[in-house]
Amino acid sequence: MSKLGDLGAKLYRGEVGYDFVGKRMLWYAVSILITITAIVALAVQGLNMGIEFKGGAVFTTPKTDVTVAKATEVAEEASGHVAIVQKLGNGTMRIQVSGLDTDQANGVKTKIAADLGMKEQDVNADLVGPSWGEQIANKAWTGLAVFMVLVVVYLAIAFEWRMAVAALIALIHDLTITVGIYALVGFEVTPGTVIGLLTILGYSLYDTVVVFDGLKEASKDITKQTRYTYSEMANRSLNGTLVRSINTTVVALLPVAGLLFIGGGFLGAGMLNDISLSLFVGLAAGAYSSIFIATPLVADLKEREPAMKALRKRVLAKRASGARDEEPEGTEEGTEVVAQARAGRAAGRRR
Amino acid sequence: MAAPKKGRRPAGAQGRPGRALAVILIAMVALTAGMFISKQTTPRLGIDLAGGTSITLKAKSEPGKPDAINETNMNTAVGIIERRVNGLGVSEAEVQTQGRDHIIVNIPKGTNEKQAREQVGTTAQLYFRPVLAIGAGGPATEPAPTPSASASGSKAEGGAKDGKKPSGEPTPSSSATSQGRAVSEALKAPGATPTPSAGESKKADDKKADDKKASPTPTPNAPTAADAALQKKFATLDCTKKEQRAAAGQGVLPSEPTVACGLNSQGQWAKWLLGPAGVEGKDIKDAKGALDQQRGIWIVQMQFNDRGADQFAKVTGELATKQQPQNQFAIVLDGEVVSDPYVSQSITGGNAEISGSFNQQSAQDLGNMLSYGALPLSFQEDSVTTVTAALGGEQLKAGLIAGAIGLALVVIYLVAYYRGLALIAIVSLLASAILTYTIMALLGKGIGFALNLPAVCGAIVAIGITADSFIVYFERIRDEIREGRTLRPAVERAWPRARRTILVSDFVSFLAAAVLFIVTVGKVQGFAFTLGLTTLLDVVVVFLFTKPIMTLVARTKFFADGHPWSGLDPKRLGAKPPLRRSRRTASVPAGPVDPKEA
Repeated sequence: MSKLGDLGAKLYRGEVGYDFVGKRMLWYAVSILITITAIVALAVQGLNMGIEFKGGAVFTTPKTDVTVAKATEVAEEASGHVAIVQKLGNGTMRIQVSGLDTDQANGVKTKIAADLGMKEQDVNADLVGPSWGEQIANKAWTGLAVFMVLVVVYLAIAFEWRMAVAALIALIHDLTITVGIYALVGFEVTPGTVIGLLTILGYSLYDTVVVFDGLKEASKDITKQTRYTYSEMANRSLNGTLVRSINTTVVALLPVAGLLFIGGGFLGAGMLNDISLSLFVGLAAGAYSSIFIATPLVADLKEREPAMKALRKRVLAKRASGARDEEPEGTEEGTEVVAQARAGRAAGRRR
Repeated sequence: MAAPKKGRRPAGAQGRPGRALAVILIAMVALTAGMFISKQTTPRLGIDLAGGTSITLKAKSEPGKPDAINETNMNTAVGIIERRVNGLGVSEAEVQTQGRDHIIVNIPKGTNEKQAREQVGTTAQLYFRPVLAIGAGGPATEPAPTPSASASGSKAEGGAKDGKKPSGEPTPSSSATSQGRAVSEALKAPGATPTPSAGESKKADDKKADDKKASPTPTPNAPTAADAALQKKFATLDCTKKEQRAAAGQGVLPSEPTVACGLNSQGQWAKWLLGPAGVEGKDIKDAKGALDQQRGIWIVQMQFNDRGADQFAKVTGELATKQQPQNQFAIVLDGEVVSDPYVSQSITGGNAEISGSFNQQSAQDLGNMLSYGALPLSFQEDSVTTVTAALGGEQLKAGLIAGAIGLALVVIYLVAYYRGLALIAIVSLLASAILTYTIMALLGKGIGFALNLPAVCGAIVAIGITADSFIVYFERIRDEIREGRTLRPAVERAWPRARRTILVSDFVSFLAAAVLFIVTVGKVQGFAFTLGLTTLLDVVVVFLFTKPIMTLVARTKFFADGHPWSGLDPKRLGAKPPLRRSRRTASVPAGPVDPKEA
C-alpha cells in the first residue's frame, strides 16, 4: 500500500501522471463507441419495461400452502417474465406477471394451475394496470428536465458555462451507457432501476463537481504564469485529485459490487441485482467520465477562449526560446501566493 | 503569504471542536432516546420488504352514466388516490388498476389503515350550490319545514323545534366528509370583515322564513314540473335515515337543482334544497387546513383557479343581494352538505375559506382532498386483506449480508490506505449511520416515511458520497503535509478548501433531491427524500463531527508526530523539505495555539 502512497505523492508533485487531456481524442473515441453501442442496443432491443410501468396479468390462486419462492419460480417459468408473488391474508396468493395480454394470460394460467396442483377454474386471471402510471413517469421526466436546467445554471454561476456544458455532457454520457446496458442485458426495468438511474444522476454530477472544483482552483490565476497552457494545467489538476477520485470510486463501488456479485451470485436474478447492476455501471461510468470526458471537454472549450489562446502562444514561445531560465521568479511567485494552486506550488517548490 | 486569510478561520474552528462535538453527540443521544421512547426502533419498511395491506376498490356504475367507467377515468382515479395516500410521497404506497373496474391500493405495514381506507374511498366531489330552502332533517309533517330552524346559526334552536332526536354520532360512512357540519358559518374572503353577528342573520332569517318556503323559486331556468317534483322530494326526504341520505342527490348532474342532507351546527341532520352548482371542486387550485389565529379555530383555505375565481365572484355577488336563506351557499361534498355559509358581498380574488366545526385532522383531510381533486367515479371497497412482502425476506437478508461484506471491504481498503485516519473515517461513517437510522425510524411515525429496497440501495451508495467528503478532506491534509507543514496547521489550512469542495458538490446533490421532491410524485419523491436527507446529514457530520475530531486528533502525539500507522507520516507521504520549511510556515498560523497546548 505504501507504493500507492508514494504514487499519491508523485502524482501530487507532478512527477508522474497520465496525460488525460493530451490523449483525450482516444477517450472521446472510446466513449463515443460505447455510447453508440448503447444507443444501438436501445434502438434494436428496446427496454424491457416491468409490470410497474406497463401492467400485465394478475393471477389469484385459491388458498394454498405453496411457498412464495416456488410460486415465483413456476410463474416465471410459465411466462418467461419476472413475477411478483404475494401471499394474501386469507391464504390465497396473488401472482403478478408483466408483459402478458389476455390470451397469453390464459395460457400462463393453465400452466401455473397445473404446476401448482390447482384446478384451473379456481385460478383467476385478470389484467392489471401499471402501478407506476404515466403520471409518475411524466412527472419524473419533468423533474429531470427542471433539475438539468437548474444545475446548468448553478454550475455556470459557481464555475463557468463551459464546465456546466461539460458536466451535462458527462451526465448524459453516464445515463446513456447505463440505459444501454439495460437494453443489452435485457433486464426488466423496474422502479428500482429508475431509482438507480436517479442515484447515478446525483453521483455523476457530484463526482464531476469535485473534480471541477480542483480544476477551478488550479486554473484561477493561470494567465499570470507562462509555464503551462490551460490543458496542461487541467491535466495536472486531474492528476493531483486522482488519488481522491480513485479512493472515492473504490469506496462507492465496493458495497455495490458486494450487492451485485455476492448478493446476486447467491440469489440469481432479482430486484437487488437489477438495482446494483444499474448502480455499478452508472457509478463506474460516472467516475470515468469525470476524469476522461468532462475535464478534457472543459480544456477543449477553454482553449478556444482568446485569453487561453494567447496564453498558449506565450507558453509555446517561452518553450521555444528554450535555453532561458524555465521560470521567471516574479510570475511563479505570484502564482504561489495568490492561486495556492497545487500545480503552481508544486512547480514552485522544484526551484 | 496568505497569513491574514488563514488566521481568521482556523482560530475560530480550532477553538471549539468540543462544542461542535457536543452538539452532534447530544443530537445523536436525543434521537436515539426519542426512538426508544416512541417505540419506533426500526425504520418502517416499504411494501416490497415488509408487506402490508391491500385494498381492492370497485368502481360503482352510476345510472345515467353508462360509459363513466372507462380507462381514462380509472387512470385519473388512480392518480388521485395515489396522491391522497401518498401525499408526502414518502409512504411507498402503490396504486394500480386491475381488470376493467377495480383499483388495488397497497399500503405498507404500519400505516394508519383506517385513515387510509377513508382517504382512498372518498369521492370528494365538491360543489358550491346556492341554497334555495333549508329544512330540519325529518320528513315534513306540516307543509313546509321552517327554514329558520337550521339556518339561523349557532344560536338557533334548530332541530329542537320539530322534536328531532339529535344524532350526535358522526356519519358512519366516512368521517372525512362529515366534518364541517356547522350550518351557518361565514364563507368569506380571507381578511374580509368579520362574520356578521349571528343575531343579525337570525333576524333576517325569521323575517323571511315564510316567504322562503311559500315560494321556493329555484333558479329561473328550472322547469316547473321538475321543480314541483323536487319540492316533493324535498318535503318527503328524511335525512335521519342513512339510506335516504345516501340516495338524496344520486345521479343528479351538477347543472340541476337537487336536495341534500347534512349535519347542522348542533350535530343534527338537516336538509337542503339546492340550486345548480355555481362552482365545482375541480376549479379549486389549492386547499389546505389552517388554524385561524384570530378565532382560534381550524378552517379550510381554498384558492380557485381563474375560472373558479370568476364564477365564484359572480355567484357570490348574486347571492349577496338575496335574503336569508337564499344568500347562503351550500358546500356539498359527496352529496352531503358540509357547511352553508352566507354571503354578504361578492367575493373576488379567488380565495375563500370554509369555517365550521373542524378540528386539525378534519380540516387538513378536507384540504388534502380538495387540492388533490375529486374522483371521477365512486368506489366501494371490495376487499381488504394483508399481503406479504413482494420481495421475499431472503432478498433483504441477502442485500444486508452483501452490503455488510461490501462495507467490510470499504473498511479494509480505508485502513490499508489511510491507516490511522481510517479510524476517523469509520467513526464518522458510524455517526452518519446512527443519525440516518434514527431519523428514518422516527420519520416512519412522523410522516409515514417507509424504506423500500431501492432506498436501502440508495443508502448504500450514500456511503460512497459521505466517505468522499472525508477523503476530500484527508487528501487536502496530506497535500498540506507534503508541502512540509506539521499536522495541526495542515488540518486547519486544509479545512477551508475541503469545506468549499464539499459544500459545492453536496449542493448539487441536494439540488437534485429538492427538485425531484417538489416536482415528482410517488416513489421518485420517496427517493428524493432519502437522497436529500443523506446529503444534509453528510454536511452535518463533516462539519460537526469529522472536522472537530480531526482537530482534536491532530493534538495527539500519535498523529502529530506522523507515526507510520497514523496515515500522516510525512516521509511516507513524500513531504519534500521535511522540517526546515515546515517550521517556518507553521509558526505563523499556529502561533496563538501552540503555547496553550504544546
